[in-house]
Amino acid sequence: MRQLSRRAALLLGASGAALTIAGWNSDAFAAAKDAADDIAKFTGGKTAEKGKVSIELPEIAENGNTVPLSIAVDSPMTADNYVTDVLVVADGNPRPGVATFHFSPLSGKAEASTRIRLATTQNIIAVAKTSKGEFFTAQKLVKVTIGGCGG
Amino acid sequence: MITRREVLQVGAATAALTAGGAFTRAFAQQRLTEAELLRFDPLGTVTLLHVTDMHGQLMPVYFREPTVNLGVGEAKGQPPHVTGKDFLKRFGIPEKSAAAYALTDQDFEALAKSYGRIGGIDRLASVVKRVRAERGADKVLLLDGGDTWQGSLGSNRSKGQDMVDCMALLKPDAMTGHWEFTYGEARVKALIDGLGFPFLALNIRDTEWNEPAFEPMKMFEKGGVKIAVLGQAFPYTPVANPRWMMPKWSFGIREEDVRANVEKARKAGAQLVVLLSHNGFDVDRKLAARVAGIDVILTGHTHDALPEAIAVGKTLLIASGSHGKFVSRLDLDVAGGAVKGYRYKLIPLFSDVIAPDAEMAAMVAKVRAPFAADLKREVGRADSLLYRRGNFNGTFDDLICAALLKERDAEIALSPGFRWGTSVLPGQPITVEDIHNATAITYPQVYRTAMTGERLKEVLEDVADNLFNPDPYYQQGGDMVRCGGLGYSIDISKPIGSRISGMTHLKSGKPIDAKKEYTVAGWASVNEGTEGPPVWNLVERYIAAEKTVRVTPNTSVKISGV
Repeated sequence: MRQLSRRAALLLGASGAALTIAGWNSDAFAAAKDAADDIAKFTGGKTAEKGKVSIELPEIAENGNTVPLSIAVDSPMTADNYVTDVLVVADGNPRPGVATFHFSPLSGKAEASTRIRLATTQNIIAVAKTSKGEFFTAQKLVKVTIGGCGG
Repeated sequence: MITRREVLQVGAATAALTAGGAFTRAFAQQRLTEAELLRFDPLGTVTLLHVTDMHGQLMPVYFREPTVNLGVGEAKGQPPHVTGKDFLKRFGIPEKSAAAYALTDQDFEALAKSYGRIGGIDRLASVVKRVRAERGADKVLLLDGGDTWQGSLGSNRSKGQDMVDCMALLKPDAMTGHWEFTYGEARVKALIDGLGFPFLALNIRDTEWNEPAFEPMKMFEKGGVKIAVLGQAFPYTPVANPRWMMPKWSFGIREEDVRANVEKARKAGAQLVVLLSHNGFDVDRKLAARVAGIDVILTGHTHDALPEAIAVGKTLLIASGSHGKFVSRLDLDVAGGAVKGYRYKLIPLFSDVIAPDAEMAAMVAKVRAPFAADLKREVGRADSLLYRRGNFNGTFDDLICAALLKERDAEIALSPGFRWGTSVLPGQPITVEDIHNATAITYPQVYRTAMTGERLKEVLEDVADNLFNPDPYYQQGGDMVRCGGLGYSIDISKPIGSRISGMTHLKSGKPIDAKKEYTVAGWASVNEGTEGPPVWNLVERYIAAEKTVRVTPNTSVKISGV
């Protein structure tokens, strides 16, 4: 729980959004949950449209244990049209769920930053849900390397 | 709008020597004059001079350009992924000409004897002074693309001070970096404080607050034009080099930050935007197509020397080579906030042709003096050409691998695919300076460890993807890791995990067993706390014992998917 609150605090400090952290699975041998299932559950089976969501992540991680992640959704964030939640999944982690960010019109901007852990090279997928029931998505491949032979 | 590219200008350096071998050094020099090498019909009111990737080389060098430099994805077959005869054809350069010698591997040994060494910071100083005098210093910007402070014995022992002291006489207007950071945060900051010109790096943030850690850009006014120079350090420094040496800095391509700084520069009134980049050529080609508003990218890191500017949309890409062999001159006609025309010349610094600048020559002698005895000490003799540059192997690396196998009693040796390192001609003595030109880093320990066949394959796959990922943003810009005692096949068109096959333990001729452990010696580990003797000591001991070194062509790597 200490890790959860530290991350949550970091996030709140950055953007004022609330956060639910999925956490790193304590059972390392648990089968990897399919990221697509998580997304389907989040969207209720709807297909998310590409666009509006931007993900800021390095192309190659400097340290897979703590990769800086920022997400932003292009939204007016008014009472009748705002981003309610953003789901972030990592499709190559033992458990794909990374975080769900919760927003309200009072958030002002649908932006959040945190640091995530990546076990291996994989896609990070963000899906945003709006108050109008729309879904938008973006993804980015982050490479986790052994490193050491460049130059 | 940019005018049609100018006709190739490598000065008189395109004049071919008579074929058939009777080209003496005196004859070669007769054909070249300093005036012709530097002859330039000025254009517009702005001149950019660019040097990059000098790698600690103050003296003229032999540096053989690559035989193999493969491009993948959209870069396939495009410059700089054109070598040898194809390069000569692509740029209209006669065989056996001075330009052929400076820019390709063709007839290297013979032409090296005719045309001699290239480079030397005292020759560079002559050219810079002359251009400033002829053009007017108020029209000239001199920009250093980085990898300047590392790569030689003197640089390593003085922690970059020798290069900083010599570069100070050139008075550059700005620089960026890569290997510079391997001297550690405290040293880098101390050197930057004394530069007298900005060290620009818009893509470095501090790891604690994720805020910019360096000056991102600097505005200049030259020839009546407001010029913004943005600095981009090597994005993967903490991945390709030890992160523990720079724990407070986080790098990355940070395309959004490039875009934001370009917009900021334009808003601040910049009529010309220049990116002084250490991204590597393919990364810059992609960046130029995605980020609007950059007029010129002065590329670096991948050590490409191209005699023409490459246009990507409205952006010009300049590739000025490495090891102090070249200086680029780019004249720009800027009007109404746009480039109306340009004229470009990659100037090879033939050391027998360009007169050294006396002030700089004296400074070079001064900074080399503390190490003079070591530098010139002869360890052995080369009986065949020693060189490094190329995607897969170089004879200098084969020599290093042989030294690692013997001196650390290992079955397999791994040597990093650095692109720096000078060449030694057959018949020449191998000096301590030559050895350090191929090994001088701040983490030189040679480890000895056990690795399974499976792990070895992972290493090869990982490095191959750094080189052959079809998306340049995932490339790190080095060459393939060099192997001793290990052969393999590589299909560069495949994805990671599927490129490497047929791994063979060369001594026994047996296939590498995924589960078996092999004794592996290697150097330049990025892991903190790596233990072992410095690589240059092992190489020196090996060469001293061999006395004369002959490296036969390496045929243990089979390449496909080209």
